[in-house]
Amino acid sequence: MPDALAAQTPRPVFAAFLATLRRDLLLAVRLPGDMANPLVFYLIAITLIPLSLGPEREVLAPLAPGVLWVMALLATLLSLDGLFRSDFDDGSLEQLLISPQLLYFSVLAKVLAHWLVTGLPVTLLAPVLGMMLALPSEGYWALCLSLLLGTACMSLVGAMGAALTVSLRRGGLLLSLIVMPLYIPILIFGADVVQNAVLGDPIRFQLAVLGAFVTLAVALAPLAVAGALRISVDAT
Amino acid sequence: MSNWQWFHRLGSPRWFYYKTEGWVPWLAAVSGILLVLGTVWGLAFAPPDYQQGNSYRIIYLHVPAAFLALIGYYVMAVAGAVGMIWRMKMAFVVMKSAAPIGAALTFLSLVTGAIWGKPTWGTWWEWDARITSMLILLFLYLGIMALQAAFQSRDAADKASALLALIGTVNIPIIYKSVDWWHTLHQPATLKLTSAPTIHSSMLYPLLTMILAFYIFYALVLILYTRAEILRREGRTQWVIDLVKEEAKKP
Repeated sequence: MPDALAAQTPRPVFAAFLATLRRDLLLAVRLPGDMANPLVFYLIAITLIPLSLGPEREVLAPLAPGVLWVMALLATLLSLDGLFRSDFDDGSLEQLLISPQLLYFSVLAKVLAHWLVTGLPVTLLAPVLGMMLALPSEGYWALCLSLLLGTACMSLVGAMGAALTVSLRRGGLLLSLIVMPLYIPILIFGADVVQNAVLGDPIRFQLAVLGAFVTLAVALAPLAVAGALRISVDAT
Repeated sequence: MSNWQWFHRLGSPRWFYYKTEGWVPWLAAVSGILLVLGTVWGLAFAPPDYQQGNSYRIIYLHVPAAFLALIGYYVMAVAGAVGMIWRMKMAFVVMKSAAPIGAALTFLSLVTGAIWGKPTWGTWWEWDARITSMLILLFLYLGIMALQAAFQSRDAADKASALLALIGTVNIPIIYKSVDWWHTLHQPATLKLTSAPTIHSSMLYPLLTMILAFYIFYALVLILYTRAEILRREGRTQWVIDLVKEEAKKP
């Protein structure tokens, strides 16, 4: 029996992780339009704010931290639907589920790839949009740091919703509905980091909490995603 | 082993249906009596509050509804977990039935809270930590109901919504703590929940009666919903067909 097991020992975990990551990044690079969509959404949504509230710096500056965070949250949310969709449609998701690799690491690799092509660009774009919303310059670093942790956490938590709704034909709106309540803690602490930085208050506590959220999500979310993917694939 | 027999029997929809048939009238009678007793006692006989006058009396609806709204989530999540772990189909039926009841109670507690808030705080809505948490709880309930309704396959709908309920269970303490912290940070100075650290026994006893009445009422409604859902799901089995024929024969 041990021999039989040894014969089908899976490839090293790390190699499988890297292979999944490389595949997903390659797919993203081949379809650059998909990568640009959340960024364009973020830009357009932020443009609506001065158009609706007025262009005065005194009006925009106090609202900027919260608005930048809410819009980043929505940009991430809208990108989630595609996370498992194409893999589900072409059957590679089933291949992933029946492969001898630990599903935890494959899922983690997919979420990491998703974050690298959505969360990270959104984070890097945010200071530019902050400038457009007259965010005081003290807030730039805080905005980047909080979004760096926050988007990672949102990708992980959102992946659970994406996995639960992937088999549904019109899952997009439902996905937002079930994921948004789970984003509330991230939003509260993330927006507060920027707010505090602008006011010159310490931000270490809030960043630490965001870091704790990411740690917890890395540990637990891929397990829930794996379970949800199995349910979704069985549903068809 | 015989100690576990009830647990295995509980897994049978038919057994559950016939077992609870005798409970329904009793539960209905007891909850009806307690609801009338608590309402009349609370609204007519309990003394008025020295600060809020008569407007405080809405706690006799508000507090029990909020209690059961929270407990209802855990009833739902535990039923979902039992269904996932032991593959028990009855557990999923209970879970599905618990969601709309919990959502309705959450909505009731928000509405009664708003009605209470108007004379007390002078506003229908205040971003108080507890109100905000209840609103988020309503969102969680609605998400689970929407996910349950979206699937074609009943099996997938049951498992997916049970998993979402469990994800919500992990998140609820985090959400509550975050909202609490957010609220203390943005605490508006002018408004505060009238702090009544001790409540006089003449007001407390009707409240306890109402809480007990709501518990029994919750059990009754959950059983009724579950029985209806059992009939819906088992519509093709012989015992349901026989049952319907028997009912049709009655004048």
